[in-house]
Amino acid sequence: MLVAAAEIGRQTIFDSVPNASAAALPSEPQTPELYDLLDALRDAARPTANLIQVKVDRDGSVSFELPRSDNGQGIITSTQMIIAEEMGIDPDQVNVTLADARPELVFNQLTGGSNTTFTTFTPIRVAAALAAGRLLDAAAAELGQESSVLTSRGGAIIGQNGESLPFGELTEAAASPVTEAVEVALKPREEFTVIGTSRTKSDARAMVTGKKKFVTDLQVPDALPTVICRAPDLNGSPDDVENLDEVRTMPGVTDVVQVSTGVAVRARTFGQAVDAVNALRVSWEGGTVAGEDDDSVLAQVRGGELPLAVPDVGGNTVEGEFTFYFRSGSPLETNAAIADVREDSAEIWSPCKNPIAAQAEIARKLDMPQSAVTFRVPEGGGSFGRKLFFDAALEAAEVSQEMGKPVKLMWTRADDSRQGRTHPLCTSRVRAVVAGDAVASFELRHTSVATEVNPGLGEPITAAAVKAPLGNLTLSESVFELTQVTPYNFGANTRLLNEVEMGFNTSSTRNIYSPDVATARELMVDKIAEAMGKDPYEFRSEFIKLDRWKNVLDRVAEEADWGKSMPEGTAQGIAFHTEYKGAAAAVVEIDCRPETVNRQIRSARTGPRVTKVTYVVDIGIVVNPRGVKAQMQGGIMDAIGNTLTAGLHLRDGHFVEASWDNYFYTRQWNTPDEIDVIVIEDSEAPEPGGVGEFGVAATSGAIACAYARATGTTPEYFPILHKEPLPFEPYPTVPPIPPSPTDGLEKTT
Amino acid sequence: MPTHTFKLNGEQVSVDVEDDVRLLWVIRDLLGVTGPKYGCGINVCKACTSHINGRGFNPCSVPVGAIKPTDEVTTIEGLADTAPGGGLHPMQQAWIDNDVAQCGYCQPGQIMAAVAKVKQARAEGRDIDDAVLDEIRNICRCGTYYRIREAIQAGAENM
Repeated sequence: MLVAAAEIGRQTIFDSVPNASAAALPSEPQTPELYDLLDALRDAARPTANLIQVKVDRDGSVSFELPRSDNGQGIITSTQMIIAEEMGIDPDQVNVTLADARPELVFNQLTGGSNTTFTTFTPIRVAAALAAGRLLDAAAAELGQESSVLTSRGGAIIGQNGESLPFGELTEAAASPVTEAVEVALKPREEFTVIGTSRTKSDARAMVTGKKKFVTDLQVPDALPTVICRAPDLNGSPDDVENLDEVRTMPGVTDVVQVSTGVAVRARTFGQAVDAVNALRVSWEGGTVAGEDDDSVLAQVRGGELPLAVPDVGGNTVEGEFTFYFRSGSPLETNAAIADVREDSAEIWSPCKNPIAAQAEIARKLDMPQSAVTFRVPEGGGSFGRKLFFDAALEAAEVSQEMGKPVKLMWTRADDSRQGRTHPLCTSRVRAVVAGDAVASFELRHTSVATEVNPGLGEPITAAAVKAPLGNLTLSESVFELTQVTPYNFGANTRLLNEVEMGFNTSSTRNIYSPDVATARELMVDKIAEAMGKDPYEFRSEFIKLDRWKNVLDRVAEEADWGKSMPEGTAQGIAFHTEYKGAAAAVVEIDCRPETVNRQIRSARTGPRVTKVTYVVDIGIVVNPRGVKAQMQGGIMDAIGNTLTAGLHLRDGHFVEASWDNYFYTRQWNTPDEIDVIVIEDSEAPEPGGVGEFGVAATSGAIACAYARATGTTPEYFPILHKEPLPFEPYPTVPPIPPSPTDGLEKTT
Repeated sequence: MPTHTFKLNGEQVSVDVEDDVRLLWVIRDLLGVTGPKYGCGINVCKACTSHINGRGFNPCSVPVGAIKPTDEVTTIEGLADTAPGGGLHPMQQAWIDNDVAQCGYCQPGQIMAAVAKVKQARAEGRDIDDAVLDEIRNICRCGTYYRIREAIQAGAENM
């Protein structure tokens, strides 16, 4: 029996771990084990899944318009790989672009819930295999050989005797004059030569030379910089403007108009638009949470907590309640869109994750048929869920129509921080009953400020109710039910969400519920282990439900040298999470010694430092291992910020934080010295799962557990530094945008 | 409206604009050079980091009126030309070799800051160690920090 992990070597622990526990009370399968959010999103996309085309042109080029949004996930590169695999060509030979809004795709143009690869993998392979099959048939006719003896390689069909017919010479013959049903055989997994090999992103060079264009980099004629003057309160709306005419004469300014969310200024440069915004004198209606603050919101959330209903089975009760404050969902590229609205048509550019819904709502706003609105999807500068909402595109359309001119509308950083979308404040309560060597029950009640229902996501979830026991659950409750699993054999096991409507702008920020639920759950798992006198890893390995999950957990403990001796004030923490058809486990090392916690860096949160993260992930078929590792590393950085440093403070109806010197997302001085991501490459799972958000939850849980073990104190709220004095003087809310400094030449490096 | 002239990526450029407009907007909105990105406008996120006369700086916080005709401003677009040979700057190559970028939005600023930081540390006789890397303030919301650290050390070796 392990008493103190710090005093014992890894091998001892591994030898002591039993393969199964006679004592653990099995928990019934939970909804996501049978049917999860990925299934729901894929089923919704299924009716239109095949309305995609791999094109082969006369010049031999292969191209594909991907009906998804790439904000850095690397799905353009992975899609090139998937097509190249089926067609026997190099991924560089495949030109993948992002499709404009295609309303006929219905639910098959939504990028969210880490579902892209899971949903598109097979349809894209089928499309590529179809194209290759037609080329093979055309070549067979040309050469007078059976198509079964031909191969597709390097952009040509190779004949039995080494004849080489380039794709370009075959396209005409390969094209079918009529639509016909064709059966295709997909390449078996064991013959993959592209899928499963690490590949650098296809736009890596463009990104390091400044050539990659984001929406504000696009040059659309006459689409001048446009900024909106916003209210001091969250979601306040403009009542009256005192000095419109005066501001219209300011340098560079071309137009100033009042719109629904504020007062829009169009100018020759963004700098002049910002100066004009700050010069506006506007009277405002109160916002949607006027007068509220962290404490008052938390009180209302607590008021909405559902009761725990543990069956009376006797034994020891282990309980915990955890609070998670608001976090910002703002990516580095702020909300932005270009709109060119004419009399009876409109063209919009914005990196939206559900362009069909955006197109439909913009058409309604402009009073045009949806077909009159062309919605283009440039690549985006980070999303993490934020760009499922298309606030900037909708505003740009309204402003362009009002002004009668094209606009390039950009939210300032202060807009994004204070008026943007947030991860909702929430609480997680857990009560577990320990009975001897078993856990008799484990109940989790998650209560949250209501998350806004995404216009593109609601319908697939509603449709999923047919296949999953969602009953009368709300959409948010359905997402919760379709994603949350307590992965241990803890007897009677329940997980429920309740939401409190409050008028906040919310979104997923690399997942909605899982990182917080995992943090609460894994902290309580450590508590239960402690109550039983067991080591955190050993306990998890004994009680975890499935072998596939146990393998991941055991592997991370081994790779991380779990239980190694560590100095006082530092510790390891371990956590497990299952979602996205995968399994992930993290071991984190944290340093909570005073010399680390009290590091002084200007305008920064230092605090405890995560010094090492070992992360093992089994996500089924891996298309691009390098891309998966990058996503996990990104999730790890989010977990560090969310758990330790990055929180929004609500005061008097508005968020205090206005920029990156106020909001402490992970920075270099918080980054671990060592990160080791291990991607399981021979997974038993038959399909690729989802990776975009999968790095966060297990890491968050492991950081919280490591902190508790290093300090001897279980944290009760997150981020852990949320109630420390603010290391900054808040920027005023009027004028709304902190002015740019003028001393940049004194601060060269 | 005053005319401002300076050297941008090796070319003498002229632009008519008010003195107080920050250089970032002159470069992006008027000259159409879009490598330097807006991320905060108050010199904290460092997404616009470029070089002036070989030193790292943030054009969001410099009025164009403060720029002299002889000043040489280099953005990510001009970085490769500052290195010997016809290819990329070693730091750009290290970025590709380590597949650093996710969305890429902050990366022009990250690379320009990295080059300036390596030069600064060397001038001070310091190694490119964890303490030096911890001083870099550029934000990456995709969380590519770990690969940035690896790339800077690799890139510095070839600088």
